[in-house]
Amino acid sequence: MTALADISAQETAARPDDPHLADAELKPAFFDWLCRMGDNTLILGHRLSEWCGHGPVLEEDIALANTALDLIGHTQMWLGLAAEVEDKGRSADDLAFLRDAMKFRNAKLVELPNGDMALTLMREFLFDAWHFEMLTALAKSGSPRVAEIAAKALKEVSYHLERTSDLIVRLGDGTEESHHRMQDALDRLWPYTGELFTADAVDEAMAKVGIAPVLADLQAAWERNVNEVLDEATLRKPETRFDVHQGGKQGRHTEHLGYILAEMQFLQRAYPGASW
Amino acid sequence: MYAQMVKSEGMKSLEDMSPEERAFQERIDRGEKIEPKEWMPEGYRKTLIRQIGQHAHSEIVGQLPEGNWITRAPTLERKAILLAKVQDEAGHGLYLYSAAETLGVSRDELMEKLHSGAMKYSSIFNYPTLTWADMGAVGWLVDGAAIMNQVPLQRTSYGPYSRAMIRICKEESFHQRQGYAIMMKMAQGTPEQKEMAQDALNRFWYPALMMFGPSDKDSVHSAQSMAWKIKMNTNDELRQKFVDETVPQAEYLGLTVPDETLKWNDERGHYDFAQPDWEEFFEVLKGNGPCNRERLEARRNAWEQGAWFRDGLTAYAEKSAARRAAALAAE
Repeated sequence: MTALADISAQETAARPDDPHLADAELKPAFFDWLCRMGDNTLILGHRLSEWCGHGPVLEEDIALANTALDLIGHTQMWLGLAAEVEDKGRSADDLAFLRDAMKFRNAKLVELPNGDMALTLMREFLFDAWHFEMLTALAKSGSPRVAEIAAKALKEVSYHLERTSDLIVRLGDGTEESHHRMQDALDRLWPYTGELFTADAVDEAMAKVGIAPVLADLQAAWERNVNEVLDEATLRKPETRFDVHQGGKQGRHTEHLGYILAEMQFLQRAYPGASW
Repeated sequence: MYAQMVKSEGMKSLEDMSPEERAFQERIDRGEKIEPKEWMPEGYRKTLIRQIGQHAHSEIVGQLPEGNWITRAPTLERKAILLAKVQDEAGHGLYLYSAAETLGVSRDELMEKLHSGAMKYSSIFNYPTLTWADMGAVGWLVDGAAIMNQVPLQRTSYGPYSRAMIRICKEESFHQRQGYAIMMKMAQGTPEQKEMAQDALNRFWYPALMMFGPSDKDSVHSAQSMAWKIKMNTNDELRQKFVDETVPQAEYLGLTVPDETLKWNDERGHYDFAQPDWEEFFEVLKGNGPCNRERLEARRNAWEQGAWFRDGLTAYAEKSAARRAAALAAE
């Protein structure tokens, strides 16, 4: 215990000064925004971890678990910082395991059920392509603490995007069946992607102080990347609106999130205050 | 570990061996490693395929009982550690299938045999994981029992198997420690947590002892495998070593091993302990364990429902090879 506490004290000491953490006016938006980052990775990580032991081939079992592990690691960093900004004595675990659905701030896209591997991969690809642009911008954030986390996460997310892009191409241009499954997945998920680019007051406040990018500015690069992969995969970009399903990041979720939380939070809820 | 009751092929005395067989046995006796393209008796090859295959299957079926708790892990750190651990197990499966492939059997053929029931996986994975303490008990007892067998197998005569074991052992010792760390937290936790920890030990103790297989002191198969250095110790030796090491660990946790006859024997320098119910063991092997059906069904479903995925990737690989060939021809 002492050793761990020492390491943690050293890390705290080594952390860059960040005036944003002491900005009382900024606090509610900053906290909310950090929860958005951490909840996206937590919920997508949860979904991917559901595949463990059930993948179509051993290499996929390993890759899915590995990606889930990366995302849970990002969650620890984002929610850890959120707890610090909030400064009410809550920990990253408290935020993950003791908030109810209306307090969760992830986009609806990541909470959708896994379906088949086509849906799982397409969901991850569409998110990865956004995540990559977001983290690239955040690595240059005006908040040194945010920039530090983004730079760490970006290394892993660059690989996530490379992997899903490659699989989208192969399966889109594979057999007739794999093509249909990928197209169906794309059609189904497309209306959920716009939420990632729709800014509200929280996003605007973050952009204004230079912590986060203007979300709409990420869209062109995301589209270019996605279009390129879909073209090579011989998949057709849907003509439907991409911003139909919104509200996740304001806490209005699909019915699916409640079940994720019921499962994820079971032990913390059943044995309050126990240490694990 | 994870290889139980592996049938070995015949046992010959040195006089009955052909010159090739004798030279082969002498190489093993000198401690040389046998490598994939070298001559080997057909029985050696077949026995190894059975043993490595069963071990590989155990690693991938073994993802299921622990995977069962990943989505319910109580903290982010525990979730990350468990994910890393289960991912390691899948990685072990990969090394071992690769080692088996060097003996001329494909991964797909081995999978087929697992799914048809022609090949087995360790009996232990047919027991359910019912509470979070089971993640502790599995790491502590199941990985602990596996290590007993795998450490000596690092010196096994077949090169690729030995090298796979060396890598696997490094990770397994972490797994056992993470399991024990969970047990410590639980045993020192709230009364409910302690109750879960004791219950997990009660349920996993005898199944862990079964992992070593029944007593093999009279078994011909065992003798041949030991002569070939495919098996390094008898089942009883390993079981005794496991009990001797685990009992003090249970005491340190303040938990009670569910064996009233358990007693230190000064004369032998070992613990005396009760044998598990071997009838139950054979029933589990026959398919009548608590989770045999679920485990095999989960693996079959993963395979069958993943067929389109594998076919898609294969079709793409063929198409792009054809495109490359056409581009070359056009030059």
